[in-house]
Amino acid sequence: MIYKETGQYKSSYKSDHAIFPLLQDKIAFSTLMFIAFLIIPFVINSYWEKAILVPFLIFSLAAIGLNILTGYCGQVSLGTGGFMAVGAFSTYKIMTYFPDMNIMIIILISGLITAAVGIIFGLPSLRIKGFYLAVATLASQFFLVWLFNKVPWFYNYSDTGQITVSERTMFGIPVTGAEAPSYATYLFCLVLVVTLSFAAKNLIRSKMGRSWMAIRDMDIAAEIIGVPPLKTKLSAFAISSFYIGVAGALYFAVFLGAIEVTESFDIMTISFPVLFMIIIGGLGSMLGSFLGAAFVVTLPIGLKFLMVDMVGLSAVTAKHFEITIWGLLMIVFLIVEPHGLARLWSIAKEKLRRWPFPY
Amino acid sequence: MSLEDLKQIPFGKTVIELKNISLAFGGVKALTDVSFDVKKGEVFAIIGPNGAGKSSMLNVINGFYKPTSGAINFAGTDRNEMEPELAAKSGIARTFQNIALFKGMSTLDNLMTGRLLKQKQNFLMQALYFGPVAKEEEEHRERVERVIDFLDLQSIRRTPVGSLPYGLQKRVELGRALAMEPEILLLDEPMAGMNVEEKQDMSRFVLTVNNELKTTIVLIEHDMGVVMDISDRIVVLDYGKKIGSGLPKEIRNNKTVIDAYLGVSDD
Repeated sequence: MIYKETGQYKSSYKSDHAIFPLLQDKIAFSTLMFIAFLIIPFVINSYWEKAILVPFLIFSLAAIGLNILTGYCGQVSLGTGGFMAVGAFSTYKIMTYFPDMNIMIIILISGLITAAVGIIFGLPSLRIKGFYLAVATLASQFFLVWLFNKVPWFYNYSDTGQITVSERTMFGIPVTGAEAPSYATYLFCLVLVVTLSFAAKNLIRSKMGRSWMAIRDMDIAAEIIGVPPLKTKLSAFAISSFYIGVAGALYFAVFLGAIEVTESFDIMTISFPVLFMIIIGGLGSMLGSFLGAAFVVTLPIGLKFLMVDMVGLSAVTAKHFEITIWGLLMIVFLIVEPHGLARLWSIAKEKLRRWPFPY
Repeated sequence: MSLEDLKQIPFGKTVIELKNISLAFGGVKALTDVSFDVKKGEVFAIIGPNGAGKSSMLNVINGFYKPTSGAINFAGTDRNEMEPELAAKSGIARTFQNIALFKGMSTLDNLMTGRLLKQKQNFLMQALYFGPVAKEEEEHRERVERVIDFLDLQSIRRTPVGSLPYGLQKRVELGRALAMEPEILLLDEPMAGMNVEEKQDMSRFVLTVNNELKTTIVLIEHDMGVVMDISDRIVVLDYGKKIGSGLPKEIRNNKTVIDAYLGVSDD
C-alpha cells in the first residue's frame, strides 16, 4: 500500500530510465536532500561532524569507488588504503607547491592523479582474475604505503614523517585545518559526495556501466559483442581510483588534518573495512555503498554506547567485544544475506508494496 | 573489410570463404583442412557428431580461435585471423552453446549491451547524462524494444536473466545478438535442450530474421528435422574433417554422412 507503483505509468523511455522512476523514491530522496542540505548544517555539532557525518560521507565515496571496481566490474581489490594514500599525499604536495589553489580543485586533481596510479596497478587485471588479482592489488597497497614512508620528498622531509594540512577556504570560510567550522567541513564533503554519486549513477546506467557489468558477468561474451576487455577494466580501475583518491584527499585534508601513512592508510584501517562496506551494503548497488558505509561507521559507536554507557563495561573490554561482535556480524551477514543491506531494502520494499494485505 | 563492404555484397554471393582451415591445440587436431563458403542471405548449417569441430569452426569465424593454417576471406578481404572485437564491428554476432548471458543484469540491460558498439558518447558525457547521451540512450532503447517485441520478452524485461528458465535464456541470448543488428548471425545449437514447441518458436524466429532482416545465418544444430527443414545448405564435419556438403536432400542421401552421423532408420 505504502510503496506501490500502480498507476504510475511511464510514457517515454526517458522517464522509464530515470534514476528515481517512482514517485515515492523521488519524495524520499528530496526529503533526504532537504534535511542534509538545509537542516543538518544548522544543527550540526563537532561530535556529529567528527564521529559520524563526515567519516560517513568520506567512506561512502570510497565505497562507491570500490563498488565500481569490485561490484560492477568484478575486479576484486584490496588496495583501497594505498589508493586513498595517493589521494592524500597528492593533496599535500599540490598544497605545498600551489598555496593559492582552490581546495576543491586540489582535491579533484588528487583524484585524477590517483586515477592514473590506479590504471598502472590495474594493468595486471588483463591477465589475472579473482583471488590472484586480489593478491596483486594487495601488493599495490603495501608498495604505496611503503613508498610514502620511504621517500621523504612525499612528506616534505619532516622529522616525524607526518603530513599536516594547512588552512584553505571556500567562499571565505575555512574548510580545512583546525579552525574549520563543523557545518563547513560537512557541507564541503556533502556537495562532493552528492555530485560524484550522481555522476557514478549516470555512468552505471549508461554505456560504461553496462560494459563493466558485461565484463563482470561473462568476459568472453562481452568480448564477442565488442566490449574491449583491457580498455573496460582499466576504465573501471581509473574511475574507481578517482573516487577513492578524492575520498583519501578528504580523509586527510578535511577529516583528520594530520596523518601518518602507515597508521592512517593501513590495510586493516581502510582496505578491509571499505571492502566490508560494499559486501555488507551490497555489491553492485549504489544504495549499498551508502548503507554499508553508514553501518561500518556507526556500528562501533552504537556498540560502545550500548556496552559502556548502558551496561557499564570498561572502555577496554568494550573495545574487545566490539571487535568480536564485528567479526561475528560479518559472518552472519555473509550467510544470511550475501547480497547485503541493499537486498534487504528491496525485500522490504516488496513487503511494503503488499502491506497490509500480504498474500 | 568493414560493415559497409559487407552490406554491399549482393544476395547469393559469397560473404565468408574459409580456405583450408586447420586448427590444432598441441597434438589435438580440432579441424583439418576444412573449406567451405557461406553465401549472403542463406541459412547455412554445420552438422556433425559431438567433437567434430563445429563450435571450433564458429570460434574461428568470429576470431576467438586463430587457425593454425588456412585463410578466411571475409567480404572480399583475405585474412588469416580475426579479432572478436573486429568481428563484432564488422557485423558478426553469435550465440553460445552453453548460454553466455550476463546473469546479473536484467533482460533489458542484456539486450542493451548488444548496442554498446553503436553508442558513441564518451564517459564524461555519460557521467553528466544530459542532452545527447539521454537521446542516444533512448534511441537505442527503442531499437531494443523492437527486439523485445519480436521475441515476446516484454514480461521479463526487468528480470535478472540468471533467474529465467533455460528456454527463455536461449531466447534472450538470441535477442542480444539481434540487438547488434548483425549482417551475419552465428548460432551455436540454438535449440539444444528445448521441447518441440520451443523448437518451433525458435525456428520461426530464425526464419523470420532470415527472411525479413535478410540476415545471413550460420547454424549448428543436432536436431536433423530442424536442420533439414530450415537450412539452405549444409556442411558436415566429422573428426575435424569435412565429409560432405550441399543441399539438405543431397546430405540426406550422402553415403559417408549417413555412415558417420545420420544413421539409417529401421523402416
